[in-house]
Amino acid sequence: MSRIDYKLIKDLVPEGAAVLDLACGDGELLAELVREKHVRGSGVDISQAAVEACVAKGLSVFHGDLDEGLADFGDDSHDVVILSLSLQQLRRPRMIVREMVRVGRLAVVSFPNFGHWSVRGRLFFLGRMPVSKDLPYPWWETPNIHLCTIRDFRALCREEGLCIEHELYLRSVDAPPPARPLAPNLTARIAIFAVSRC
Amino acid sequence: MGDAAHTTRLEIGDVPVGLDPDAGSAGIVRTKRVTFDEPGRTLELEGGGRLWPVTIAYETYGTLNEARDNAVMVFHALSGDAHVAGRHSANERRAGWWDMLIGPGKALDTDKYFVVCANVIGGCGGSTGPSSIDPASGRPYGTDFPMITIHDMVEAHLLLLDHLGIEKLLAAVGGSMGGMQVLDLAVSHPERVHLAVPMATAARQPTQAIAFNEVGRQAIMADPDWRGGHYYGGKPPIKGLAVARMIGHITYLSDEAMEEKFGRRLQDIHDYTFTFNPDFEVESYLHHQGLAFTNRFDANTYLYITRALDYFDLSRRQGSLVSAFRDVRARFLVLSFSSDWLHPPYQLKEIVGALRATHKHVSYYEVTTRFGHDAFLLERDKMEGVISAFLTSGARSYARSV
Repeated sequence: MSRIDYKLIKDLVPEGAAVLDLACGDGELLAELVREKHVRGSGVDISQAAVEACVAKGLSVFHGDLDEGLADFGDDSHDVVILSLSLQQLRRPRMIVREMVRVGRLAVVSFPNFGHWSVRGRLFFLGRMPVSKDLPYPWWETPNIHLCTIRDFRALCREEGLCIEHELYLRSVDAPPPARPLAPNLTARIAIFAVSRC
Repeated sequence: MGDAAHTTRLEIGDVPVGLDPDAGSAGIVRTKRVTFDEPGRTLELEGGGRLWPVTIAYETYGTLNEARDNAVMVFHALSGDAHVAGRHSANERRAGWWDMLIGPGKALDTDKYFVVCANVIGGCGGSTGPSSIDPASGRPYGTDFPMITIHDMVEAHLLLLDHLGIEKLLAAVGGSMGGMQVLDLAVSHPERVHLAVPMATAARQPTQAIAFNEVGRQAIMADPDWRGGHYYGGKPPIKGLAVARMIGHITYLSDEAMEEKFGRRLQDIHDYTFTFNPDFEVESYLHHQGLAFTNRFDANTYLYITRALDYFDLSRRQGSLVSAFRDVRARFLVLSFSSDWLHPPYQLKEIVGALRATHKHVSYYEVTTRFGHDAFLLERDKMEGVISAFLTSGARSYARSV
């Protein structure tokens, strides 16, 4: 069963596109894109296990640290650059968004929405840092160091002068998205943005 | 050989600690030789010379399957030879130079693949080189041996592959000078290799490496025993070759590895001797390495092969690396090693970037290591997973491509 967030991201990728998947992990999304959308795809990941997993799937993968930017990739060298659920783990999220729209014509970023009511509720009622299915770590050992809300990300796009082409919301990675989302910054657990230079 | 301090150090060909020395061994192997001497044929060399007859020394492990599509060729570096895995006899102290990766169940799994390794021409491990007999004079070539290049080495290897009935390699794998041969093969004969794994190498010999090589060559040629390269039958230029090897060896380590391995420790003494004797462990180690090398290596081969390295520049003929890679068909896995200062990661990334610019299939992995350039001969655990995965998935795409 394929993940719903992956399905939504795949729908944003044109057939046969040149795709770069940042923090690609074991290459599951990339493999689906190659299989279903016939993309010319490569991944980037910092972990040895991820590189091995991608290579085992026959994918092209580049071992690298996203916190150092995408210096090895040329301007406009890709149609779509994807960063799935990893923005919040990077040291310099703003820099990577800039790099994504430099390297690709379309940047697709998905992230856990820190504005979700359960996050707000835990903080408001319990006075504790949120721990949930999407953010499962206690504060002292979480890799999620740069969390943001949907409105925060929109504000970043505005500051960077980026056009938001698509904005999609999910209640979970395995539940279908609502037809007409109500107050997404309160109800969406995951947001997917597709942005470009205007 | 050596004193106790030397024998405890991890050396190339040693069985990694904790591994049963017999587990996964390629077993007892021997070096074979084949001579190509049909009249009328010759090996035309890039530098304008010719070489004929040509003898190639090689070893093979595993079995070539009926479809002949499981051949993996390993290309050796400057001081390597055909003996890449297994042992020549049960009591040979060290296994072949890449035994850690080659054998049943290892990354280059000899239960699945037919692994071939051949000594380069110009070498001194059984293939035709400066110490071979020149048919024109009946005496060893010495410096009458023609100048050879990395590309000439590859052409000679292809004679062997033809002889073995291997039309297309499943994979070509090599580090350092071996990596250059892998690159040259993929560029000059795109149809003969499906997977290319160059590591700790460069698409052109970097300036600093030329500089070090020149110092090594000058050390050999300054040795009065070198005698213009015609020393065979007499005393070889041991001192010069040992110095060349010492210089080379420094470039294969790293600041960190040297600091850790030797520090400022003294060798078998408690205080400075205030002489020019090798007080420090690092000096003693280099002396040992230099001298040990002269027992197994020919000084003229050192001259010829370092020259071949210096001349290597894939972009020279086509103007740029990107154009050189235009017709490449192989899928690439490029490996670099973080502390390698002879071929730092940026030189491998340059290869990756040029391949990507021509839309070739390429993956890149940087091994984090303290061991410097030599890491490609030592870091088994960090390399075997990705190499094994690349060969396995590559074997599937090979089947589809035929």
